[in-house]
Amino acid sequence: MTKVTYIDAAGASRTVEAQIGSTVMETALRNSIPGIEAECGGACACATCHVYVAPEWTEIVGKPSQMEEDMLDFAFEVRPSSRLSCQIKVTPALDGLVVTTPAKQG
Amino acid sequence: MSETVTTDVAIIGAGPAGLFAVFELGLLDIKAHLIDILPKIGGQCAELYPEKPIYDIPGFPVISGQALVENLALQIQPFHPTFHLGEMVESLEVLGTPERPNFLIRTDAGTALEAKVVIIAAGGGSFQPKKPPIPRIGDYEGKSVFYAVRKIEQFRDRRVVIVGGGDSALDWVLNLHPVARRITLIHRRDAFRAAPHSVNAMRELVAEGKMDFLLGQVTGLKGDDAQLSALTLRKEDGEIIDWECDDLLPFFGLTMKLGPIADWGLDLHENLVPTDTEKFETNVPGIFAIGDIIAYPGKLKLILSGFHEGALAAQRAHRYVYPDKKLVFQYTTSSTSLQRKLGVA
Repeated sequence: MTKVTYIDAAGASRTVEAQIGSTVMETALRNSIPGIEAECGGACACATCHVYVAPEWTEIVGKPSQMEEDMLDFAFEVRPSSRLSCQIKVTPALDGLVVTTPAKQG
Repeated sequence: MSETVTTDVAIIGAGPAGLFAVFELGLLDIKAHLIDILPKIGGQCAELYPEKPIYDIPGFPVISGQALVENLALQIQPFHPTFHLGEMVESLEVLGTPERPNFLIRTDAGTALEAKVVIIAAGGGSFQPKKPPIPRIGDYEGKSVFYAVRKIEQFRDRRVVIVGGGDSALDWVLNLHPVARRITLIHRRDAFRAAPHSVNAMRELVAEGKMDFLLGQVTGLKGDDAQLSALTLRKEDGEIIDWECDDLLPFFGLTMKLGPIADWGLDLHENLVPTDTEKFETNVPGIFAIGDIIAYPGKLKLILSGFHEGALAAQRAHRYVYPDKKLVFQYTTSSTSLQRKLGVA
């Protein structure tokens, strides 16, 4: 089982099971994780599924694509660990992934 | 104030649901005006994902948001809808009676529309500028923080800071540069979404010492009585500095807000408009709602659902528009009268 942990801006942590091949955003919506809006439904077109990838995971998750970087311009409090969760596909290598949701989405 | 225009149906929102409603209404000889806050038709399809493929439009294995909008525009052409684009509906007044409703709609551009039926097809709400989460930014809005430029002269001899990396940000850097005392562009990275020639023009001005470009994010605002004196900037290397300025123009794209719909006497449920599923009418007789903005048991936010909802709303709208006429259901494949309306028979 692949697990993903979401920590909200207040520090509350929620660990859920994620399907291989789904995205970190879809997994959040499916499990009613607060703090991820995904206004555009996963088209990399809105920057409202912004998350911070935990430091120990940034290298494994990888860097955003050019298109995702462009969309991140619309997100707030962007940090080097910022990603749009609709662009992170769950793979077995991501089992145990930890992401933090920002205080505010777009 | 301009003259009041009279029409059968006023559709609020020119996204796919609103556009297709024009078609279903048109087949029933009902004329429509559409109002949208965006300067173009298509709603989210055109604004959020024009290039992105959509896979769940019946009959189209794949179609882009923009192509779908263009096809819909072509499909409704025979019915000559009137568009009021770049306008936001500010007020909706109920005139007639529940049996013979009549509505007066006013937009922020001064348009006054009188209609027998209103169809709200506003999707996620109206697109409005995103506000950055800078503490107390609301205190400065309208006086020294602006999300759009209405009059260039307003910025004459001012120290203007523009934030963002898209075309709006870069275009205003270049357009305000000749009038402002000093322009500063702030962006979180040294890469831009804006057109390359604008970026090059900006870089030339920076190289000539005629403006400043700073990498970083605005974290605070300073100044009394809604007038900025400086902003706090966290630079890329983490250093925090104050940067003197008179005006701040953040360009962070658009977000969707319900907007004035909340003030129209409609029952709302979590920012959605509840309707029945027989005619998609709201709690106010004569006001219908279709597409992503509505709520009913089993509602799916799919474009195809919006099409279905528009077709049923049109059937009931016919009763309000032509109370004395009986509606006979017909198919476009076989009805000569429908084909005449479509200009093909």
